[in-house]
Formats: sequence, structure tokens, C-alpha cells
Amino acid sequence: MDISYIILVPFIPLAVFILLGLFNQKIKPAVSGYIGVLGLLVSSSLSFYAAYQYFFVSGKMDGVYQTFIEKAVWMKFTETLQIDMGILVDPISVMMLVVVSVVSLMVHIYSRGYMKGDDGYTRFFSFLSLFTFSMYGLVLATNLFQIYIFWELVGVSSFLLIGYYYTKPSAVAAAKKAFIVTRFADFGFLVGILIVGFTTGTFDFETLNAVSPEGGSLLLNWASTSFMGLSVITWALILIFMGGAGKSAMLPFHIWLPDAMEGPTPVSALIHAATMVVAGVFLVARLFPMFYFVEDGFALNIVAYVGAISSLFAAIIAITQNDIKRVLAFSTMSQLGYMMLALGVSGYEGHEGLGYMASMFHLFTHAMFKALLFLGAGSVIHAVHSNYLKDMGGLRKYMPITNITFLIASLAIAGVPPFAGFWSKDEILVAAFENNILIYCSSVFVAGLTAFYMFRIYFGIFWSKEKAYDHAPKESPLSMTFPLLFLALLSIVVGFIPFSEFVTSDKIGFEAHLNYPLAAIATTVGLIGIVLAWAFYKKENSLSDKYANAFGALYRWAYDKFYFDEIYLFITKNIIFKWISAPFAKFDRKYVDGTMVGIGNKTVWTSEKIKGLQSGRVQDYAFSFIAGAVVLALVFIYLWTN
Amino acid sequence: MIEGISIYEILTLTTILFFVGVYGFLTRKNLISILISIEMILNASVVNFVVINKYLYPDMLQGVLFSIFIIAVAAAETALAVAIIINLYRQISSVEVKDTEVMKY
Repeated sequence: MDISYIILVPFIPLAVFILLGLFNQKIKPAVSGYIGVLGLLVSSSLSFYAAYQYFFVSGKMDGVYQTFIEKAVWMKFTETLQIDMGILVDPISVMMLVVVSVVSLMVHIYSRGYMKGDDGYTRFFSFLSLFTFSMYGLVLATNLFQIYIFWELVGVSSFLLIGYYYTKPSAVAAAKKAFIVTRFADFGFLVGILIVGFTTGTFDFETLNAVSPEGGSLLLNWASTSFMGLSVITWALILIFMGGAGKSAMLPFHIWLPDAMEGPTPVSALIHAATMVVAGVFLVARLFPMFYFVEDGFALNIVAYVGAISSLFAAIIAITQNDIKRVLAFSTMSQLGYMMLALGVSGYEGHEGLGYMASMFHLFTHAMFKALLFLGAGSVIHAVHSNYLKDMGGLRKYMPITNITFLIASLAIAGVPPFAGFWSKDEILVAAFENNILIYCSSVFVAGLTAFYMFRIYFGIFWSKEKAYDHAPKESPLSMTFPLLFLALLSIVVGFIPFSEFVTSDKIGFEAHLNYPLAAIATTVGLIGIVLAWAFYKKENSLSDKYANAFGALYRWAYDKFYFDEIYLFITKNIIFKWISAPFAKFDRKYVDGTMVGIGNKTVWTSEKIKGLQSGRVQDYAFSFIAGAVVLALVFIYLWTN
Repeated sequence: MIEGISIYEILTLTTILFFVGVYGFLTRKNLISILISIEMILNASVVNFVVINKYLYPDMLQGVLFSIFIIAVAAAETALAVAIIINLYRQISSVEVKDTEVMKY
């Protein structure tokens, strides 16, 4: 299969970014919107064609999906250790291409309506293109270093877009927070990469993930060096996962995600729901054989537990939040936790690899319905000019399309058959059930919570009591409703894709069956959540407040996000700043700077003292000169005569 | 070669002339006097050239020729120095050394 044309997929958005970025002021907003959408349309078409060609034309060879790599040497350190730039095409990268294309294209179209009349319209589209370029580059990367480069690019574009309203202090703070927190996590990623490079002598995914014919990783040869009871490769994987946790907002690096909602809503949909935040999941999936085989998957267990805890934690917080975008942000975190835990409990071969496949499947479906939820929320915010649930209610009469599509998305995320989320979530629960019953129980509980909080905001926005609006809210224009409808359609149908035949850890594929008892349990739990939400929030009543009061302290904690932000602030301000940074700063100012300044001052002082020698009288100079000559003459005469 | 006068006597004379010039250069307050002192230094060396040539290498001419060079250069230098002094006088109405110290530091 010829894959060289795939290289155009990332480069078209890059060209658009450069074009819009350089000629920011010269391009009319109307034109820049079209350029952005058009560029992405081409990229998307190429991605879809690549997916079609990969899965259906090229297909399997000897029953296995092939991996195609095209690369060029970029930096050569030693004979073996080198960094390449290139593209790697295998099932997950093709799947990610499709996800990024669909969501990004829809968000581009949507933004043309949502951002209309905004001052930075062209800037917005150029940043979106930059992000899309980085994300394509990330999913196509052939080695750890290349993925790291694009990883940081994605972080930068996320920073730029969160801080898009840069006159708003909260947006600036959120952008900085997101960048610093993810950057801190990426430090672990970098150290992990370096350890891998040092111990194995390669960065290539192909070599790192190589599986020996008897099963087991070829890496085991290298995994023997140990540090504190674990092999260094395991440490490296844990550190790499730290980077993944930062991007995917897992505990304890999740604090940036809710604040990232300061960005424009299409950005939240694209970056902080559908694509960028799944980069962490993608990274673990990319290195899955390594995670699985090195030391019997010790690192993978950590992934599973971090995922499960994050998912539960976020779901509980999501119930109490009043800002609809924040509810969706925590919901994203919770669903990402699902994907992580599914990867964590997965095996490698055949049906054992159900978790891996379920995780990728959930990534795929989640991208669709979460983007839809965000875009729907954006449509609502556009209409009522507020993020808060208290300013909304009874909107179903004014915004029928948004209402229907939001409902579909909520049903999908709540796991009601036959919507997309049901199928993928079911696979995850089956995988968890087969491997770790504790994680399974927590996941089922989270499924119920998910249904509850989603329908809490659904009923809160579209039913409940009608609020007094300044001017009657009206349905959004076609450029905004079209993506909603399209994504709603996808949210219904993508669940029926026989995903297990395309994307699996061993690339062979298997036939997945619906596990009826487990599916029934999950669906029932989801329905209970929906019914509870219906009882609490369909009509405005005091039931919810009563239960909130009944939970008392727990409710307060969850409402304040379990004080994670405060803990971080406390640690940074009172411990790191006060006890580490401040003394260092003092030392720097006093001794390091002091020495330098002191040398300067002494020089000035000395010059001041001796400048009298420079009298300006030629005779003085001549006197010194002659005196010197005489002294030298005497010295030489003395030396010669002895 | 002058009868009855050895090279040492003449060299003693030029040495005295040279140091009188140096002393004058260091101590005079007037720019013209300084110029005259410089001329004395130069002339001391010119005499040296001629005398050494005459007494030690009577069949050569380099020393004499050099002395002519030095006289020519000294004339040019004096012309230049006098021009500078005149210009200075037009600027500050003085040819005293102490009045020309404004350029120090």
C-alpha cells in the first residue's frame, strides 16, 4: 500500500495555519473561515480515503493488519540511536485520523457560525489549523521523540486557544495553568523517553513494540536493569504514563481541564473533549505491547487504577457543578478514565485484548458524542449568553434541533442502547468484569452517575422552569446546527461498526459478542440514573436541594472539587514557593548577583580612584615615559655590567 | 673630524643638549618653549648622527644623510606644531599648557 500521500494530511492544515497566521490582518474573516474549512475538507477526505484503503483495499496480510512506515533520518546520534521523522500507519493511527478529521471538520464548520463577528476570527482559524496539524502529526508519529514533539505542539495550540480571549484574566490564568500542569507532566514523559532511549538504544515504536513469535516482548532482553525493585523500563513506562495522565487529565493532573473551559466552546469540543485529551490514551495504546509485556504489566496496572479512580472521582464532581461546560469537562475526564482502565485491564492476544479494543472503540464513539455535547452546549450558551445552569431552562421550545441532538448525545453517553456509547461502554465493562471485579463495580457505579449528571443538565437546560430571558433565545444558524445533526447521526450509527475486527492489540481481530447480562446491568443502572435525574430536575422542585443537604459534607467537597486546586495552591505557595523557591531566589539575588554586582562596583571604585593619573597634560605622560626609560636603562646597565 | 676634539667631548655636549631639551620639555609652561625644547632634543640627535658618522665611519654617508632627513622632518613637524598652537590660540587666546587640559578624563 502506498502511504506517501498521507503525509499531506498533516501538512495541509500546517499550510493553512501559516497562510492565515502570516496574513492575519489582510484576510477577510469570511474568507479565512472558508480557507480553514476547505483545507480541512481536503485533509479529511484524504484521511477517509486512507482509512478505506487501509482496511478494505489493502486489508490483512496473513490475517494480520500490516504496519506501514515511511520515514527519513532526522538526527543520528550513534549507529543505532537515531531520531526519525515519518509516518506510521496502523489500525489505531488510521482510526485516530478519522476521529480527528470528523471532529475537527465539524468544529471548523461550527466555528464559522459560533465565532461570527469576533475580532480574532482569522486568528482563531489559524490556531485551529495549527492544532489539527499537531494532532495529525501526533497520531502518525513513528517514534517516541516525534510523538513528543507533536505532543508539545498540541499543548501549545491548546494554550493558545484556551487563552484565546486574552483580555480576560481568567482565560489567561486558565491557559497558563493548563500549560504548566501538562508541561510538568510532560517532564516525566521526557525523562521516560530518555530512559527508554538509554536502555534500549532506540526510540522506534516498531522496535519497542516488537513481539517475539513465542509471545512476549523482545524488549525483555533489555528489561533486566532494575531500580528500586522495578526494572528501569517499567519506571520509564510509568514516567511516560505520567505524561499521558497530564494530557488526558487523569488524577492528579486533572486540575487544568475544568479551567480550560475558559476557551471558546468549539475549542472545548475539539481539544478538551474529543481529540487532544485522548492523546494520553493513544500514547498508552501506542506503547501497549510494551506496557503489557514488561514485568507482567506492572505499569499497566497503574494505568488501570489511575483510570478507574479518575473516572469515579470526576463523575462525583460532575454531579455537583453548575457550569454546564464544567460538567462536561468532568464528564470528559470520567470517560477518559474509562478508556484508561479498559487499556489497563486488557490482555494482548485475541479475545484477551478486549479491553484494548474497547478502549479504542470508546475513544472513537466518545469523540463523536462528546463533541456533540460540547457543540450543543455551545449552541445553548450562544443563545442565552451564560454558562450557568441557573440561567437556563425550558429551552426545548426555542431550540428544537439543539434539544434533539443534545438528547441523543446524552443518551449515547449514558449508555442507552442502541446509541454509540452503549456498545463501547459495554465492551469496557465486560473487559473490566473479566479481569478485575473491583474496577468493574466502580465502573458500573460511574455509568449510573454519568447518566444522572448528563440528564441533570439536559433537563436543567431544556425542561425545568423557563427563565426570564432578556430576549427570546432562538435556534442557532445552519452552520452550527449542521455539525450537530451530523454528529448526532454519527452518535447513533457508529456503535454498530464491528470495531473488534479492525482495531485490536494484536492487529488480527476477533468477533465481539454482546454480553447480555452485563449489558442489561449497565443499561439498568444507566436508566436508574436517568429516572432519578428526571424526578429531580424535570420540574423545578426542592428535591435536589434536599438530597444535597442530606449528603452535607460530601456534597460540599464534591462541589469544591475535593479541594484539589486548594491543595495544589497550598503546596506550591506555602511549601514550594516559601521554603524552596524563596530561599533560592534570595541566594541568587544575594550571592550570585551580589558577586557580579560587587565585581562591577569594585571596578568602578578603582577607576574612580586612579583616574587622576589621566591628567590630560602631555608633560606628565612624558615624564612617566622618560622616568620609565631611565629606570630601564639603569636596570640594563646594572645587569650588563655585572 | 675636528683636530684636538675627541668624540667623547662632542658626545658629552650632545648628551647635555639632549637632557636640557628633555628638562625643558617637562618643565616649560609655554607651548612655544616646549616646541623649542623638542627642537633641542632633535638637534642633539642630529649632531650625534653626524659625529658618529664622521668619527667612526669616515668613508660612509648614511649618518649625514639621516641628519638631513631629520632636519626636514623636524621642519615639517615644527610647521604643524606651530599651526596647531596658532589655532589653539585663536580658540582659547592662550598658549599655556595648563589651559589645554580640558580634554582630560
